[in-house]
Amino acid sequence: MDIGRFLLTSITTTALAFVVGMFYAGFRRKITARVQNRVGPPVYQNFIDVVKLWSKKSNITHGVMQHLAPLWQIATSITTLMFIPILVDSTFFVNLTFKGDLIFLLYLMVVGSLGMALGAGEGGNPNSAIGVTRGLTQMIGFEIPWVMALVALMIQHQTTTIVGLMDVQQASGTWLMFSSPFAFLAALLAMPGMFRYSPFDIVGAPAELASGPISEFGGKYLGTLMTNGSIFAFVKLVLYVDIFMGGATNLVLLVVKTFVLYMFPVLWGLVSPRFRTEQSVRFFWGWPLFFGLLGILQAAFL
Amino acid sequence: MVNDKESRKIVDIIQDFARKSSLFVLAYGTGCGAIEIPPTMTSRYDAERFGIRGAATPRQADVLLITGYLATKSLKRVIRAYEQMQNPKYIIGFGSCTINGGMYWDSYNTINRLDMYMPVDVYINGCMPRPEAVIAGFAKLQKLIQAGKADGWERYQNNLEFYRKNQKKIIHNWVMPDYNW
Repeated sequence: MDIGRFLLTSITTTALAFVVGMFYAGFRRKITARVQNRVGPPVYQNFIDVVKLWSKKSNITHGVMQHLAPLWQIATSITTLMFIPILVDSTFFVNLTFKGDLIFLLYLMVVGSLGMALGAGEGGNPNSAIGVTRGLTQMIGFEIPWVMALVALMIQHQTTTIVGLMDVQQASGTWLMFSSPFAFLAALLAMPGMFRYSPFDIVGAPAELASGPISEFGGKYLGTLMTNGSIFAFVKLVLYVDIFMGGATNLVLLVVKTFVLYMFPVLWGLVSPRFRTEQSVRFFWGWPLFFGLLGILQAAFL
Repeated sequence: MVNDKESRKIVDIIQDFARKSSLFVLAYGTGCGAIEIPPTMTSRYDAERFGIRGAATPRQADVLLITGYLATKSLKRVIRAYEQMQNPKYIIGFGSCTINGGMYWDSYNTINRLDMYMPVDVYINGCMPRPEAVIAGFAKLQKLIQAGKADGWERYQNNLEFYRKNQKKIIHNWVMPDYNW
């Protein structure tokens, strides 16, 4: 693959992730509004928000690390995107797959949050520090069932690549969500924690923590963080679809599958009050952990 | 397009459209008018359909909503919140108390005219204004932004001496960081 083609395809992939993720966030706001018996903003409202944030005329930072934190996050998200197959056997989209990339992704997906933790700490806002502490604690909660689900799949199918897992599903004809239901349940229950939607939104609760880690980020920094949020949401959804739902052969199918999957954390969040940190950790270490354990037992002994 | 002082470039028009359609509101509940904000935001009047939503911190906000009388003590906090906001930023004076003091006009511990201390873009009259009036005020602000005339933040920068003089008359123990924009 020559460098020009690589640049073109990687920019296209990123743009696709941005647009789809932004529209998902817009649909989330619209659905939230309809559930609350409101009209709600238009679905393209998030694009307007980002344009507005980028056209702010002053942007304050408190230091180099805070300046770099949104960049760090968005760089991590785009790097993660490059390692995830968007479509099955696609020759167009970038996919830097290598042996063991699933383990690599497990590490890479938390790097963005760590960069954000450093940046938020430099702002000196106590709300940021509290938010970061809660976020990292909650991450310990949902990472364990998520890793257990992936380990179960790795043991069962003797592969550590996403493409390997997709090939397994192609060969057998059944999705892994049906052939490994316990691993799927564990991963699915860990998902709202990964998205930080209600009931696990204590990290950036606007009313209690003044939006937590991002409280000192305004203007273009907030715009970058919103962009990153949409790209990373797309990354996570495509990863789930690839691993558990057999991937997608065309873009329409991809959008349908990811949207259906996205409705799970959204609709669960709409009817849930907010968990405290220890409650959310206790939740993740309850049923999701149990399902993860069952998944590993199924993989090892069945 | 000719770029003289009077005409505006296309990029300005796009940016102003985005600014107008996405207002993050920092509702500073200084006075009794704050009680009108929840019905404005929730399902009965639903301000979010115009792109108006709450912001958690001054850094993220575009509009500062002064909801009613300002006590001499809370004036200091409002000024700090305003100076932490990022340009361009707008102030909406909400209720009669921000215009001339309203029913507190001879009170010893409230200020009477808000625009002596901070640049107000839009006033909403009433004691207190109903949610319809609040949304009408926001619509007025959106019109001003689209026309490029909501320039309160520029007035604040250009007349900082004037505002500081008036502010320091009210706030005697002035221990505040410098305004850096």
